[in-house]
Amino acid sequence: MSTEPDLLYSEEEEALRAAVRDLLTDQCTAADVLARIETGAPHDTALWKSLAEGMGLAGLLVPEARGGQGATHREAAVVLEELGRSVAPVPYLTSAVVATEALLACAGDEAGDLLARLASGRTVGALAVGLHTAPGGTPPPVRWQDGALHGTVTGVADAAVADVLLVPADDGALYAVDAADATVTPASSLDLTRPVAAVVLDGAPGRRLGDARPAVRRALRAGAGLLASEQLGLADWALSETVRHLKERKQFNRPVGGFQALKHRLAQLWLEVVHLRAAARSAADALATGTGTDVAVAVAQAYAAPVAVRAAEEALQLHGGIGMTWEHPVHLCLKRAKADAIAYGTAGAHRTALAPLVDLQAP
Amino acid sequence: MTDADDLRRRARDLLAAHPPSTTGSGDFLRARFDAGLAWVHYPEGLGGLGAPRSLQAVVDAELEAAGAPDNDPRRIGIGLGMAAPTILRYGTEEQQRRFLRPLWVGEEVWCQLFSEPGAGSDLAALGTRAVRESGGDWVVNGQKVWTSSAHLARWAILIARTDPDLPKHQGITYFLCDMTDPGVEVRPLRQITGEAEFNEVFLTDVRIPDAHRLGDVGDGWQVARTTLMNERVSIGGMRLPREGGMIGTVAGTWRERPELRTHDLHQRLLTLWVEAEVARLTGERLRQQMAAGQPGPEGSGMKLAFARLNQEISGLEVELLGEEGLLYGDWTMRRPELVDFTGRDAGYRYLRAKGNSIEGGTSEVLLNIVAERVLGLPAEPRTDKDVAWKDLAR
Repeated sequence: MSTEPDLLYSEEEEALRAAVRDLLTDQCTAADVLARIETGAPHDTALWKSLAEGMGLAGLLVPEARGGQGATHREAAVVLEELGRSVAPVPYLTSAVVATEALLACAGDEAGDLLARLASGRTVGALAVGLHTAPGGTPPPVRWQDGALHGTVTGVADAAVADVLLVPADDGALYAVDAADATVTPASSLDLTRPVAAVVLDGAPGRRLGDARPAVRRALRAGAGLLASEQLGLADWALSETVRHLKERKQFNRPVGGFQALKHRLAQLWLEVVHLRAAARSAADALATGTGTDVAVAVAQAYAAPVAVRAAEEALQLHGGIGMTWEHPVHLCLKRAKADAIAYGTAGAHRTALAPLVDLQAP
Repeated sequence: MTDADDLRRRARDLLAAHPPSTTGSGDFLRARFDAGLAWVHYPEGLGGLGAPRSLQAVVDAELEAAGAPDNDPRRIGIGLGMAAPTILRYGTEEQQRRFLRPLWVGEEVWCQLFSEPGAGSDLAALGTRAVRESGGDWVVNGQKVWTSSAHLARWAILIARTDPDLPKHQGITYFLCDMTDPGVEVRPLRQITGEAEFNEVFLTDVRIPDAHRLGDVGDGWQVARTTLMNERVSIGGMRLPREGGMIGTVAGTWRERPELRTHDLHQRLLTLWVEAEVARLTGERLRQQMAAGQPGPEGSGMKLAFARLNQEISGLEVELLGEEGLLYGDWTMRRPELVDFTGRDAGYRYLRAKGNSIEGGTSEVLLNIVAERVLGLPAEPRTDKDVAWKDLAR
C-alpha cells in the first residue's frame, strides 16, 4: 500500500556498516590519514585493496552475472556513510559508483569487461568529467579526431589513482583510455583526501564504450545521490566528535558542553543531521528502486551540503584552538565537506534542477 | 486474544444492532463505547477490549465505511489525548467509570488547567493553591492561562500546590475540576490574530471534593508527567503526502499566480520546499521506525522543525502576495472551537505560526531536552531543587 521509500537500514545493511567500520577503525584512523596526506600520495591503496578486493565492495552496484555483488545503492550508501565518517582517501565514490554507473549504461563487450574489472576492485576507473559537474551539466568537449582523443579535462577527482579514464568526446561517444596513455597532473586540492587532477589527452587511443550522454547523466546522478550519504557520514562524525569533546573539555570549572548557548547549537545540528539521514536514505532508496529518482536526488543534494559544511564548521569552532591545528582531523572533514558542496552540482544547482520537476517554475 | 477478524465481526454486530441511518449520533457512540470499540486498547468495560492499539484502525475503517458518526476527535482533543490516558493510569475505578464514557462520546469537553502567568516553561513552579478543609473538600485559589476550550469545557484537569513547604516538584496534587463551579471564571484571552482561542481562568474558592483528586496528595507532578508525555505523543506521528501542510498552499499560489514571481522568492520557495520535503521524509522515517518496533530519539526534534518551517513558509507567503500581503481578512474577536494553524488567509497563518515555537514546549526548552536526553550533555544547573517552593525567587 505504501508508496513511500524504505528509509530504514535493514539488518544486512547494519551488518555491512559494522564490518566497514571495523576495517576503518583498524586501518584508517585520523592519524593514518594525516600522515598519508603528507607523503604526496594521499590515496590509501592498501585500504582500497581491503575494501574493494577483500570485502568485495567495489562491485556492490554490479549484477552478479556481470562480475559484481548484485547489491543496490542502499548498501553502497551505507559504505559511503562510513567512508565519510573516516574521510577515507579511497576512490570508492568515483570508481565503484560514478565510473561503474557510466559503464552500466553501456552495452557491449568492451564496457562489460571493464565493468567486471572495476567490480573486482583490481582496476580503478574515473569518469573524466570535472567533479563540480551536476547531472545534466555539459562536460567540456574532448575531440575525437583521426582515431584518437585530444583535449584537457580539469578537476577530475581521484584521477591520480585511476587505471582507466572514461572520456566523453565530441562525437557523442564515451571512450575508455588507459591512464598510461594520458597525462594526469594532480592539482593542489582543497580536499586533501579526494584530490583532483588535470587529464591531458594528446592523441590518446580510446576504446569506444557507448553513448556518452546517457552514461554521464546516469553516472553523475548516482554520484550526486550517494554523495548525500557520504555527507551524512561527515556530519554525523563532526557532531558526535564535538559532543564527545565538549563533555570532556572543562572551562570555568565545568564541562563546556553544559553551557546552554553551545547545547542549543549542538541540538540544532543534531536535528539537521536527523533530517539529512532521511534525505540521504530517500535518495539511496530511489536510486535502488528507480522510483522518483530525479526528485529524491535533487532534494537530497539541495539539503545535504549546507548541513555537512555547517557540521564541520561548528566542529571546528567548538573545538576552539585545537580545531584550527593541522594535527586535529576536523580540517580533513571541513575540506571534504566544502569540496562536497561543489561536487556533482551545488545545492543551488540542484534546487534549479528541482524547480521544473515539481512544477515550481522560475519567473 | 482479540484479532482483526474478531474486531471486524464486533464492528458489524454493532452496526447491525444500531444502524447509523436510524440511530442518533449520541446513542450510536454510547453503544460503540459499551461494545468496547471506542479505543480498543483500553480495558473491557471502559470502552475497550484490551486489544493492541494498532488494531483501532481496523474498527475505524469498518465503521467509517458504514457511514457511522465519529466523536469529532478534534473538538475533544484534550480529553482524548491528555485527560483520558491520565485518568486511565491514575484514576480510581469509580473515576474511570464516571468520566471516560462521556469524555469519549463527546458529551463532556475537557480542558487543561496547568500553565500559569508565573509558571510557563517552569511549570512545576505553579502557585495555584489547594487547601483541604476539615470536611475533606479542597478549596482552590489561583489563576491559569493559555487554556484552550475552557469556555466549552465541562471538566478540567488541574494541578495545584498543596504543600508550599516542600520543594516545587513535591507539593503538587492533581485534581479533576468541575468547570461549572461558581468560583470558576473564564475570560477570553485575545491573541495577535484577533481571535481568542485561549482563555484565562480565575479560580476563586473553587470547591473540589476529595473524590475528584487524581493520584495521591503530593504526587501531582508524577501524574502530570503522564499527561504531558501523552501531549507530545499526540503532536507528530501524522503521515503527510508531499506538499501536505503549509508548503502546499504557497506552492499552489506560486503555480496559479505567475505575476507574483520574482527570482528572490523563487530561490526562497525552493529552499523551503526542499526543507519541507525533508521534514516530511524525517517524519515518515520516524513512523517507519515505530512500525518496526525501533523507536528512536528523532521524535524529540520534530516539533522544533515543524515550528520553524511553519513560521518561515507563512512569512514567505505574505511577501509572495505583494500588495495583497498588506491586507488582513478580519480582526474580529472571535472564539473558535478548534485550533486552526492553516485556515483563513496568509496573514492569519503568519501570525498564528508564531505560537508554534511557544505552545506545547518552547523551542528553547525542546533544544535543552534534545541536548540533555539525546546528546547526553550536562543538565542546566538547578538552584531550585532542594528549596521549599515558598522560598523560590519570583
